[in-house]
Order: sequence, then structure tokens, then C-alpha cells
Amino acid sequence: MQITLTVNGTEYTRDVEPRMLLVHFIRDELLLRGTHWGCDTSNCGTCTLWVDGEPVKSCTMLAVMADGRAIRTVEGLANGAELDPIQQGFIECHGLQCGFCTPGMMMTGRWLLDNNPNPSEGEIRECISGQICRCTGYKNIVSAIQWAAEHPATSEVTS
Amino acid sequence: MTAVEEVPLSPAGNPIGFGSMKRVEDARFVRGQGNYVDDVNLPGMLHSAILRSPHAHARIVSIDKSAAEALPGVVLVITGEMLAGVPRPSLLGDNFAWMPTLSYDTQAVLATDKVRFQGQEVAFVIAESKYIARDALELIDVEYDVLDAVMDAKKAMDPDAPVIRDDKGQTDNSITDVHGNQSWESGNAEATAAAIAAAEADPNCVVVTEQILYPRVHPAPMETCGSVAELNPVTGQLTLYTTSQAPHAHRTVYAMVAGLPEQKIRVISPDIGGGFGNKVGVYPGYVLSIVGSLLTGKPVKWMEDRSENLMSTSFARDYHMKATIAATKEGKILAVDVDVLADHGAFNGVAQPTNYPAGFFHIFSGSYDYPNAHCKVTPVYTNKAPGGVAYACSFRITEAAYVIERVVDCLAAELQMDPAELRLKNLIASDKFPYMSPTGWEYDSGEYEKTMRLAMEIAGYDELRREQAEKRAKGEYMGIGISFFTEGVGAGPRKTMDILGLGMADGIELRVHPTGKAVLRLSVQSQGQAHETTFAQIVSHELGIPPEDIDVVHGDTDQTPFGLGTYGSRSTPVSGAAASVVARKVRERAKIVAAAALECSPDDLEWELGRWYVKGDKERGKTIQEIALLSHSALELPEGIEGHLDATAVYNPPNLTYPYGCYICVVDVDVLTGQVKVRRFIAVDDCGVRINPMIVEGQVHGGLADGIGMALMELIAFDEDGNCLGGSFMDYLLPTAMECPDYELGETVTPSPHHPIGAKGVGESATVGSPAAVVNAVIDAISPFGVRHADMPLTPANVWRAVQGRPMRTDMAVE
Ligand code: FES
Ligand code: FES
Repeated sequence: MQITLTVNGTEYTRDVEPRMLLVHFIRDELLLRGTHWGCDTSNCGTCTLWVDGEPVKSCTMLAVMADGRAIRTVEGLANGAELDPIQQGFIECHGLQCGFCTPGMMMTGRWLLDNNPNPSEGEIRECISGQICRCTGYKNIVSAIQWAAEHPATSEVTS
Repeated sequence: MTAVEEVPLSPAGNPIGFGSMKRVEDARFVRGQGNYVDDVNLPGMLHSAILRSPHAHARIVSIDKSAAEALPGVVLVITGEMLAGVPRPSLLGDNFAWMPTLSYDTQAVLATDKVRFQGQEVAFVIAESKYIARDALELIDVEYDVLDAVMDAKKAMDPDAPVIRDDKGQTDNSITDVHGNQSWESGNAEATAAAIAAAEADPNCVVVTEQILYPRVHPAPMETCGSVAELNPVTGQLTLYTTSQAPHAHRTVYAMVAGLPEQKIRVISPDIGGGFGNKVGVYPGYVLSIVGSLLTGKPVKWMEDRSENLMSTSFARDYHMKATIAATKEGKILAVDVDVLADHGAFNGVAQPTNYPAGFFHIFSGSYDYPNAHCKVTPVYTNKAPGGVAYACSFRITEAAYVIERVVDCLAAELQMDPAELRLKNLIASDKFPYMSPTGWEYDSGEYEKTMRLAMEIAGYDELRREQAEKRAKGEYMGIGISFFTEGVGAGPRKTMDILGLGMADGIELRVHPTGKAVLRLSVQSQGQAHETTFAQIVSHELGIPPEDIDVVHGDTDQTPFGLGTYGSRSTPVSGAAASVVARKVRERAKIVAAAALECSPDDLEWELGRWYVKGDKERGKTIQEIALLSHSALELPEGIEGHLDATAVYNPPNLTYPYGCYICVVDVDVLTGQVKVRRFIAVDDCGVRINPMIVEGQVHGGLADGIGMALMELIAFDEDGNCLGGSFMDYLLPTAMECPDYELGETVTPSPHHPIGAKGVGESATVGSPAAVVNAVIDAISPFGVRHADMPLTPANVWRAVQGRPMRTDMAVE
């Protein structure tokens, strides 16, 4: 099946098997490897990206369902060499260790701040509660999102 | 309080030496440019999938793979029978169907005769895409003759128990180690038994016995295990990209398993998405990707899915422990005895130093000073997945710390004594270090009471107890749990510690380029611990080269010297020491070069950070960067000095290092629903000198979350038919940001006397120390209901049942 979609501002047209998961399409067809895959049951959230401005676990969607939609992945966070504050926050606050959950966490964190520029600690925790980090114990992820809230910059919305 | 001195900053603003500094690794990870195994894509690469057994114990009658082979896109379907026909010119057997485990047992790569656990590897499909490979699994028809399974370790040695390892000619389910032992003892059995008997007879003493289960759990890193094998049919060169915490050890094992010349094997462990011990073992999938490449002549990728990860790769714990503690009524501990039944699953695949088949469990006497301790560990085979050393366990010190900290709380309950007071009465005094434990471990250094008092101060312990009393009067149940743990990390020395005969010492190599920039090559492999940052800091500390001028290379056997890898918190104690030693060698070479340049004797030179200068004439000196260039120049050097500053070292640790800490957890329990809320978690760690305090704290945070997970939700349980009840993230629950509190950390710094920079290693401390604190807190909360012990995980159902006086066997999901 042929689909056309926009990813980080670039339009792609591809033939895909109807059953192909969006996460596999992004990783294996478009070779955008920053979006990860970590479970079979949509529990881990390492695959989180944006579809039409909303965070989505990309293992819960088929690629064909993204036809005509605008996707934003971790590769679309930075503006050229300039990091998005959410990325800078993760660096500043030691918000990552192995880095596997990090892209998904940042996509959710960026979305939260776009919709709620001054979230409480509880709101941040709730917002990332669908995603698992096995390394950091979350404290520094919360701090990283708080750091980004305190250092706002307009998110480069490419979707 | 901190031993990190103020150090000068580099041009990039980094500490020249120790101190918190941002991680070098982050630049690629925040851009989504990490390179994990599943990101490796080679031209012509094929994909694969493993057909796994639905049964825990069954004889394979037949396998029909014809329909799978006929599916377009399928390249090859491999069965155990086929592997048995692939000759292997190796010392360890003559075909590929079986492989050695890290404990001198054997494990089926693909089952030939029987399947022995649910999820065991039965067939391997290689196809053009991963979707086709999965489709083909559905088309393989396996006929099984289902056998009774041994799921309860307690019944494994029953006379009528089905025999699991008939392949080895066994007639029961006992495990015999390479030394011929079927159980592993340490300490003084007679003296301990006598002390316990005497205490039983003495009205001024008490004896408490408790059955304590550390259930089966799984490290479950966010990245599952996988590999990409490329065996070049012309050159015979094998390149294996793999999720490995120990690339060098794995290369040697592949050389043994596959009979390939070791120099032709290159193991690359790229970015690793968390390990926690899960990526220490050698799994059939890795071997199959190699065999697949051998048979197809193409690169073959194998990536397991999450269920496969949870059901078949290295589990952790599964220790059934009976602990007996004797003490005076004043609370002086006299003796502890622990009897363990160890469930090793279907193949003895634990990754332990050979002389320590129960790992370092024998350190169970803990942080207390008493003369008599003894333990006996008896391993058995069951129809469960193999493994056993994983999940940040410090070679089973998790189980050891848990059992002692739990039974000490049971003793406190019996004595009606505050558990903090009981611990303070028994902690090893600072002047007793180095301390020889009753089971023969020499603890290197510690100031235990200071650490404990600091934790109590941060917690506001007395105030918490007051609050608890007030709440109880109102029918609200809060609990305060303490855990004081001592770990032994950084295995070797190699004289007593080896894995498969490979001594536990680690190599390192430091090159200093003419411009004074350096490259450090490590044998250990980061899975998130930020070695690229901290190891540069160690060299920086020793040589004064800014950390940003030092690149760290790791995870590639072609580019790094041999070493045993990263697990058991050994990177800092072993390779960290090696980094320091190799940098000091460079410093000594630099001294000779500087002396030649300054036309003086090396003995006249003195070192300050980054520079040799002439004693008494501080202006006359050369920086390490100047010396680096001189060492490559035409400068005439003394006879026998070759030039350049490069050096290598192998570090053979004289002893383990012994990090320790005191954790206090505060919980609120709703006794009507059994719901536990972790309100506070105070952690004071003493891991000796901290290279990068920010990273140390991050390691502790992660371990505290592990403790909350294991204590409250994580469990690999089985039903009696052998079905795994924890085979997905729907069933194997991990803590999220909602279950984890905002940790409160403190530190004391007692340097290790035998480590070159006094560091001790911290990667697993919090995972080792924290479960007991959580469980002790929950039991403390519900103690008014007469509960003295309940097993992990303390799910709402389990807490509720404990309150009702009906605790469960959580591991078997039975009463
Ligand atoms: S891969 Fe785990 S939630 Fe999508
Ligand atoms: S940083 Fe490793 S899983 Fe989050």
C-alpha cells in the first residue's frame, strides 16, 4: 500500500505492507533510529513520537494509519545544531543513562511543556507514567523537564 | 563531608579530575543518534526469529518445517537436529546443538531431545524480513510429548520428581559444580549450631527463624538482547555486534563454542540500552545468529522481543532462604545460620566466579560484628529458564543483604526493640577495619555508625517514629524501614576469581598523542554508566589533561585490551584502578622525558597537576602536553628509553572493595486495599571516593527504583504446569514515575585503602540495599496485625492477605 506522510517536515512516499507497525516503518524504512522499540505490549513508551502534534506510542499504530499525517520524532527536536531546551535539560540534569528511553521521554516532555509551560512535579510524573525508564529512577527526568520549563524556547514545531 | 577536592577547571569548564561534569555520551543520545544493536544494518542482512517451546517439559517427537521453508522469503529453518550435524572443531563438544554455560554446565542451543522450560529455543528461522521470519514460526509443526514439570524447587529432589537433565545421565535434579560439590557452604557450621543451641537454652537469649523467599525477578533492560553476526566466508572473519556487558569474555566463549580462531572474531558491543546483568550471559540467540551467518553466507540479525527477554534470558534470584538468628535479649547478635534452596532453572547458567558457585552470597553476615555465621546453599534444576546472576546483584549479594536485613528486623520485632537501635548496637565499629567477617571476607574500610546516623538525621528518624505512633492511634498505617548493607565488588583477584578459567583482571591502554590529547582503551563496557566520561576524568586526575581531550574507546574487542567486562559493579574498582595505574605509568615516562628536556635528573623533578617541574624552581618545568610533543621529537632520551608516552596495564585487584550504605524508606499502607505508597526514600551511600558525584547519584536513583520494583511489583512466577506468569510488561510490572518518590541522598566517603584512587564502585549498591528497606517499611506498617514477614513482591493483594493472616507463596502463585 502506498502512503505519503511528513516526518520532521520532510515528505515521504513509500510502499508498505498494510500490517507494518509505524515504529518499524520509522526505524527500518526511513532509518530514523532514534525512535526505539522495547516491548510487545505497548507498555514501555520507548517508541513514543508525535502524530499530528500528539504523543503516540508508535507500536500502537500501523504505518498505513499515518498516511497523510505529520510525524515528529526525536530527530526533529533540535533546530539544526541548536538543541531544544528539553534536550538540553536532559543533559544538564543527568536525565539519561543508557539513553534508550530518552527519545520517548523527551517527546512526551516537549509536548507537556508546549501544552502546560509550568507543570507541577506531579503533572510531570503523571505525564511520563506511560513510559518506563530502567536506569534513572525518574528523579532526574523530572528535573530535566523542569529545567526545560525554566529555560523556555519555542519548540520548533515541524508537524 | 565530600572527599572531592576543589579541582581546577579545563578550558571547556570541566573539572580536571574528579567532580560533577556533564556526560560526553549525552550529545548523541539526546539527538537520537545512539547506535544500539538493533540500529545496525548491514548490506544483504537477513533477519531471524526463534520458535520457542510452549511447554515447560516435553519430549520432542517430530518437527515438520517444510511449510515454513516453502514460505517465500524464508531462507533457512534450522533445528536442533541440523545443529547436531554441523561439526564443530572445538574442545567443548563436537557439534553446535549444545553450548557450554558460564558455570561448566551445558545448555541446548536448539532443543534436540526435550524442551526443559517454557520459552526454550526449538527452531531458528532466517528470512528476508523480520515479519516473514515471524510468519514462518507459525508454519513449523512440532509434535510434543508433554511431561510432568518440576516447577516448585522444594519438590525438585522428591524421589518421584521427573528428571530434567537425563541428557547428562542424571537420575535426580541435583546440580554438581565443577569441583564435584552439590551444595556450597561457608562459615563455621559447628560453632554456629552450638551458639544457636546455647542461645535456645539460655533464658537471656532469643532465637528467631524465618522462611524468606527472594523470588525470581528479571533485569528487563529497556533494550532487549540481540546480535548481528557477519561471518565472511572468504576470510573467515566473524564480526558480531551484540548486546554484551563482557565483549572480550564473550569472544573467548565464541572461540570455544564455534571453534573459530579467536583472532578472527571481533565482538562489538555498541551502545547498550541497559544491562543490569541481563547481558552477561551467552544466549542461544547469539550463537544462532553466528551459525545462521555461517550457513547462509550473509549477515544475520537476531533481536528478541520482550516476552522472549523475560521468559528465556537470565532471570535473577529465586533463593528460598531459611534464616536463623540468635541474640541476647539486650540485642547483641550471637550467630546467624542460613539454609538456601537455590532454583537454577533447567541449565546451570549462572555467571559466577568458578570458586564461588553461590556467588558472593556468603557475605550474608552483613554489616554486623558477631562471631558465628554459617550458610549452606543447595542448588537444584527445575523446568524454568536458566541464568541466575543478573539484575544488579553483585554476584548474589542482593539475596545476602536482603536475608540479613530482613531477619534482623524479625529479631527486632521479637525483642520489641527499635530496628535502628538494634542495628546500631551491632554495626562493625570503625576501628575494626579491615574487618574479617565470620565467613572469611575482609571488609576494607568503613565508618558504619557515622553513615547510619547521617541517614537517620536526614530522615528525621525520631520524628517519623512519633508520627507513626500518632497515626497508628488513628488507625493509619505508616511504616519506616531501614536497611544497612555491605557489598563486596570489583572481582578478582584473579588468583581466586575466574569465569570459565579466565582470571578476573582487566587490561587497559593509554595513548598520548603528540599534541597531548589522549585515547584510553578499556576492556569494560558501559550500559549507561557513562564510562566515556568518568574514565576520562580518572586519567585527567592523574595527568592533568582536560577530560575533553581524552577519548575513551570501549566495546570493541579489536580496539581494546582483554578484560572480563562490566558486571558486579567491577568497572570502577577494577578498570578504574587500571586507568589510574596506566596513567601513572605515563606520568613516570613523562618524568624521564621532562628530565631530558630540562637537562636534569628525573629525581630532581616534582609533579603538580599536569606538569613536571624542577624542585625548588617552580618556573622550570614542562606541561604534560609539552612533554607529549617532546616524547615524539628529536630530543635525545636516556639509554633504553624508547620515546612516546603510551602505556598499557593489567589490573589485578588485591581484594574486593566494600561499598556500603544505609537506606531508610517511609511508606503509607492502606490496609483495606493493601496499597503501598512509598512516601520517602533516604539513601546514604559510602562508595569511597566519588569520581563524578552526579553520575554516582544517578546510579543510586536507578537502584532505588529497582528496589521499589522488586519489593512491590516485579515477579516472574509460574503456575504448576510451567506457564510463565511474568512474560510481558503487562504481567511483569516495573515501577513508573508514579511509584517512585523524590529520593533524598546523602554521602559519606571512606576511601578504599587498596584502590589507587580510593573508589569502591556503586553501580549495584542501591539495588542490593533498597529492597529490604521497602519490605521492612511495609512490614513495620502492618506489624500491628501480627505480621512479622511476608514475601516480595508486596502487591496490594499480598499485603492485604498478609494483614488477613493468609500470606501467599508468590513464586508459585499458590497459597
Ligand atoms: S515499543 Fe513498548 S510501548 Fe511501543
Ligand atoms: S536511561 Fe536507560 S532506560 Fe532510561
